[in-house]
Amino acid sequence: MTAFWVLAETGPDGGLARISAEVATLGRSLAEAAAAEVVGVVVAAEPDAAAAELARYVPRVLAIAEPAAADHVWAMIAAQRIAALVEERGPDLLLAGAGPDGRDLAGAVSVLTGRGILANATAVTWQDGGPRVEMSVFGGKLVTWSGFSGPAGIVTVRPNTVTAQPASGEAPGADSVEAVTPAGELDQPAVPIVERIEEAGAAAPIEEARIIVAGGRGVGGEEGFELVQEIADALGGAVGATRAAVDAGWINYSQQIGQTGKIVKPQLYLALGISGAIQHKVGMQTADTIVAVNRDPEAPIAEFADLLVVGDLFEVGRALVDELRTRSG
Amino acid sequence: MQIVVLVKPVPDTATGGERLGPDNRLDRAAVPAVVNANDEYAIEAALKLVEAHGGEISLVAMAPPNAPETLRKALAMGAHRGVHVTDQVLTGADALSTARVLAAAVRDLEFDLLLAGADTSDGGMGVVPAGVAALLRLPYLSYAARIEPDPDAGTVRVRRISATGFDVLEAPMPALVVCTQALGEPRYPSLKGIMAARSKEIATKSLAETGVDGVGVEAAATNRVLGSEPPPTRPPTQVVRETAPDAAKRIITFLEERRIVQ
Repeated sequence: MTAFWVLAETGPDGGLARISAEVATLGRSLAEAAAAEVVGVVVAAEPDAAAAELARYVPRVLAIAEPAAADHVWAMIAAQRIAALVEERGPDLLLAGAGPDGRDLAGAVSVLTGRGILANATAVTWQDGGPRVEMSVFGGKLVTWSGFSGPAGIVTVRPNTVTAQPASGEAPGADSVEAVTPAGELDQPAVPIVERIEEAGAAAPIEEARIIVAGGRGVGGEEGFELVQEIADALGGAVGATRAAVDAGWINYSQQIGQTGKIVKPQLYLALGISGAIQHKVGMQTADTIVAVNRDPEAPIAEFADLLVVGDLFEVGRALVDELRTRSG
Repeated sequence: MQIVVLVKPVPDTATGGERLGPDNRLDRAAVPAVVNANDEYAIEAALKLVEAHGGEISLVAMAPPNAPETLRKALAMGAHRGVHVTDQVLTGADALSTARVLAAAVRDLEFDLLLAGADTSDGGMGVVPAGVAALLRLPYLSYAARIEPDPDAGTVRVRRISATGFDVLEAPMPALVVCTQALGEPRYPSLKGIMAARSKEIATKSLAETGVDGVGVEAAATNRVLGSEPPPTRPPTQVVRETAPDAAKRIITFLEERRIVQ
């Protein structure tokens, strides 16, 4: 029987990462269309919590306990364990998230198993006996769809491509999670994490945010970003930024969206003082809804925003916070 | 210390003229090539490292025959030499083949650090460096915001960007480090640098010389583009010119209509 594997990541709390719940949801619907089996795979020092959560999305989960993952970089360790298990059991399609860890994992699993990759899918359907993988290329100027030459391959899926939805029906039984131990040693040097530095203001990965409030040069400084943060808090979203704002030192690089930063696909992208240059546009143009506040009605963002407010971002932003707070009581 | 930087010539995104050819592959003749923006951060990081610790920088690229033109721009920044792997059979090579070829090309070089950019502006997959590290069994340190080698101890410390800040990683060299913009703005080549780059060596290697089986690469074209279309056009922009309180209300009504806020 054709088998699809969902290669899951754990979140900061040791549970299932949100991106993996989305990929599992996608894997399940593809498996239905292809009459295939879908299996989740978790590699972690303590995989039980994430495996149990993953079992709510897919009927069967393989849990690999890997002690080295506790204090070493995850992706290369997981890639070797997964590659060994792939050789053993021969699944057809491997699905992973397209975040930083998912990319590293997919790149390594690809060379270790000789399978090709289609990366950063924005949609995946099953057609003519194979996956049809939609991708956005050339900075969003073109949408392509691709397939694999053979039956096997790896697909990485962008965050927010599907909405995570547990399977309907009964809660999974205890026997849906199988603890497995792949054969072989880890022959890739594991890289120890000697220190973890928490940055003030660092939140969930911006790629996964449903709402992003982003600031550009027009925000004017660190104080301006305090307002951006307030608006994001009022909307329940995350803060993003253009390269100009990051280069000026107003906000961390981890929040940068665009060609040399992150590519995001939120439900709402609220752009404050952002002109919408191509290098920024490539990172956010697939947002479902784009709202911009800008003094300049001729700025490039006027061409691809759904709603453009011509005005002062501080005045409009402040009014927006007041209005949202009034509503939430 | 010896540093190798993986570099990819990519279509200049500023021209906006990128397109697929009739074979559904990237038409590399359509637009002038430039050094991939994220690779420039890796080159800059390498330059700073050799300024601090001494040593030399080699660039390695797998690219069409006209790539030396683009590589000269990177050499003008201060890198010392280039290795250019080019072969007809590599046209349309996928990420897997690219990782195999690059791994084979650097295998014979002596280096302490192998640097790569986080992804490319054309394919944008960002999976090749992990593949190269896995093939060469190198310690893999990705998304670096800081690189601190200790040549005496033979180790390197890297700050890896994490979801909540940084993870500090430490590994023995040689190691592969994936570079980000957080390492610092790439320098512009000086006139002297541009002059010097003209006489720097760019060694050309065929696929056979890297030791990778050419037929293997061709047969391993693991995926193909089946079709393409322009992205769906967005509806015309609604423009609001009202006082701030009214504009704020308009934004919220707009978001309510789209069920983004309740």
